[in-house]
Amino acid sequence: MSQTATPQTATAQTTADVPVAAAAARQAGSRAGNAGIPAALTTLGPVTFAKALNTALADALEADPAVVMFGEDIGTLGGVFRITDGLTARFGRNRCFDTPLAESGIVGMAVGMAMNGMRPVIEMQFDAFAYPAFEQIASHVAKMHNRSRGRLKMPMVIRVPYAGGIGGVEHHCDSSESYYAHTPGLKVFVPATVADGYRMLREAIDSDDPVMFMEPKKLYFSKEQVDLEALRAEYEAGTSRAEGRAAVARSGTDATLIAYGPSVPVALAAAEAAAAEGRSLEVVDVRTIVPFDDETVCASVRKTGRAVVVAETPGFASVASEIAARVQERCFHSLAAPVLRVTGFDVPFPAPKLEHYFLPSVDRILDAVDDLQWED
Amino acid sequence: MTQAASSAGPVRPGTPSARPDAAARAFGITPEDYMLPTRGQIQIIDEQGRVRPAAEQGTAPGHEYPLPEGPELLAAYERLVIGRRVNDQNSALVRQGRMAVYPSSHGQEACQVAAALCLREGDWLFPTYRDSVAVMTKGVDPVEAMTIFRGDWHGGYDSLQHKVGIQCTPLTTQLLHAVGVAHAAKLRGEDTVVLAMCGDGATSEGDFHEALNFAAVFQLPVVFFVQNNGYAISVPLSAQSAAPSLAHKAVGYGMAGERVDGNDLVALLAVLDRGVELARNGSGPLLVEAHTYRIQAHTNADDATRYREDAEVQAWLAKDPVIRMRTYLRDGGLLDDATEQRIAAAAEATATTLRDGMNAEAPIDPQDLFRYVYTTPTPQLVEQSARLADELSREEDTK
Repeated sequence: MSQTATPQTATAQTTADVPVAAAAARQAGSRAGNAGIPAALTTLGPVTFAKALNTALADALEADPAVVMFGEDIGTLGGVFRITDGLTARFGRNRCFDTPLAESGIVGMAVGMAMNGMRPVIEMQFDAFAYPAFEQIASHVAKMHNRSRGRLKMPMVIRVPYAGGIGGVEHHCDSSESYYAHTPGLKVFVPATVADGYRMLREAIDSDDPVMFMEPKKLYFSKEQVDLEALRAEYEAGTSRAEGRAAVARSGTDATLIAYGPSVPVALAAAEAAAAEGRSLEVVDVRTIVPFDDETVCASVRKTGRAVVVAETPGFASVASEIAARVQERCFHSLAAPVLRVTGFDVPFPAPKLEHYFLPSVDRILDAVDDLQWED
Repeated sequence: MTQAASSAGPVRPGTPSARPDAAARAFGITPEDYMLPTRGQIQIIDEQGRVRPAAEQGTAPGHEYPLPEGPELLAAYERLVIGRRVNDQNSALVRQGRMAVYPSSHGQEACQVAAALCLREGDWLFPTYRDSVAVMTKGVDPVEAMTIFRGDWHGGYDSLQHKVGIQCTPLTTQLLHAVGVAHAAKLRGEDTVVLAMCGDGATSEGDFHEALNFAAVFQLPVVFFVQNNGYAISVPLSAQSAAPSLAHKAVGYGMAGERVDGNDLVALLAVLDRGVELARNGSGPLLVEAHTYRIQAHTNADDATRYREDAEVQAWLAKDPVIRMRTYLRDGGLLDDATEQRIAAAAEATATTLRDGMNAEAPIDPQDLFRYVYTTPTPQLVEQSARLADELSREEDTK
């Protein structure tokens, strides 16, 4: 089977309009000339992922006076990615404000605020800069409800711009979701579409449990044809629940690609390329790693009989490992081949000019699909 | 002490208008006066139980403190005696195998009592693992307070009801929670004050720095109370900090620092009452360092003879906070035999409560493992809970 097809005419919903350097880095080294997201589709719709998140934050501030936002540079500047753009001006400095530059301080203060009736939504500026806060997250955010037998709730959201694909320098591109997913007491949400950006952030803020909200930063400026008014109405009517509900992002019959966050568009592009070659791939978007939707994932795998897990994270002891294990535990008799994984290598996140070697690509996914023992 | 009549209302964080100069001036002192700690410790009652002359109390301009009233001192003494009894009873219960561990505050009871008594209802306390007596003094049931050390759950009391954080083991992480509670209160225009406790070794932790800095930048009503007992398990203060005193650390954050004799309950109450009042009136945070000593080992698992001399312990026994306070109250005619008997009976009643509570077999439900991880268990936890239930029922069948 040919592995050189590049999906020029993909109809995938999500497109990317990422910075030029990132796009160049992505395209530089893939043997297919494209690491995943079709560059041609940048004009589909008017709403960016960033705008959807910004709207969700504004709507949450509007809906509940207990919601308060703080972090580094999120006030006057609107955040380095502008996700909180305009919120301080609109809601005032008591609702959205800058803090001293100290991540443990930000998370620890949020714990106290949550104990005292607030619903903090805080921003870690980048994935790897959240590590100083890890003690607060692992020892308090995750455990407070359990330690107190449910008396102390932790209704807080920790927003983490995360993962690579933007040509970022070191410490700006880590896939840190596995650390959090491994910590009982945390929920881990990873939206992959503009619409999910809105609805999952609203849901995270309304959750009485703490949510690590992982924002794939390479998708910030991707666009989608969505109606934010309709999304808001849908959310407020309670008909758009995403927590614990994976989504079938593309239907197929031959094999299932299981992905989340930044890997979903790559998986969709791979499915498009495979379709051109006559192979029908289903794509399941996990959406919330914790809680995990075994049902939807396994229903898809039982239907197709084959599965590849796609994730940007280094694969060893990762969320991708967990998904692969869960699928084979539950779907063994439906499987025609072992569950494979396409992940980053087990190396520190590479320098910008090397990241395209590291990131799961359409080609790697198609190679893995080829390896799913199609012939007896 | 006087209570704040009004609250400042929401103040834009970090703006010059939020600075405490006006409130400080209301007390007749300037920030320069009160920000630097005194050269020595504030001590009002000396080690023999006598009131020191005003000139010898270690005060300086901006650091003068009125003697607390007799009834406040007598009530505090009662808590002091009960605190000592609690420490000794719990240490005994550990030796009898009824508690997993107990970090005793024997010798530090004056700090424990003052930390809770300086607060009023609605104020919050954030204690460490060694601050059980402070927790009980704030009104938490002794048996509920000791659940954490009996080992049937991590936190045994209702933090929201008592406004007491769960006793915290990761050092100084709770100081940031104190900052958050105070910040939420300030944003809502409430006049809550939060007292956050830690030890001398803990001041080396990063969260100590971050908590003090956040509290100062946002001008939050937090009193940081460091019990400097000289050792972090085995490491002496000299290996922990090169600062002139731990109270001096405050100045770098733009907050006031104060040093006080941590075995002088009168001085502690005077300093902490003032600190809480200043915080409530919008002066922002304060750092109080109390010099005291842990008479017993770090816990029952520790051997203090490996790192300190018996002579040092003996010298501190002579500064015992309970004896000193009793002498002062007896000599001043504030404590008579009948009152002493009543207090002794109250202490014994608490000890009995603790013995009964720790000797009782608390019912343990293994399904609690899954019950509180999230507000609603995930499908995975429901599955694991069913698996454990099944395993236990099969064990039951084979008995």
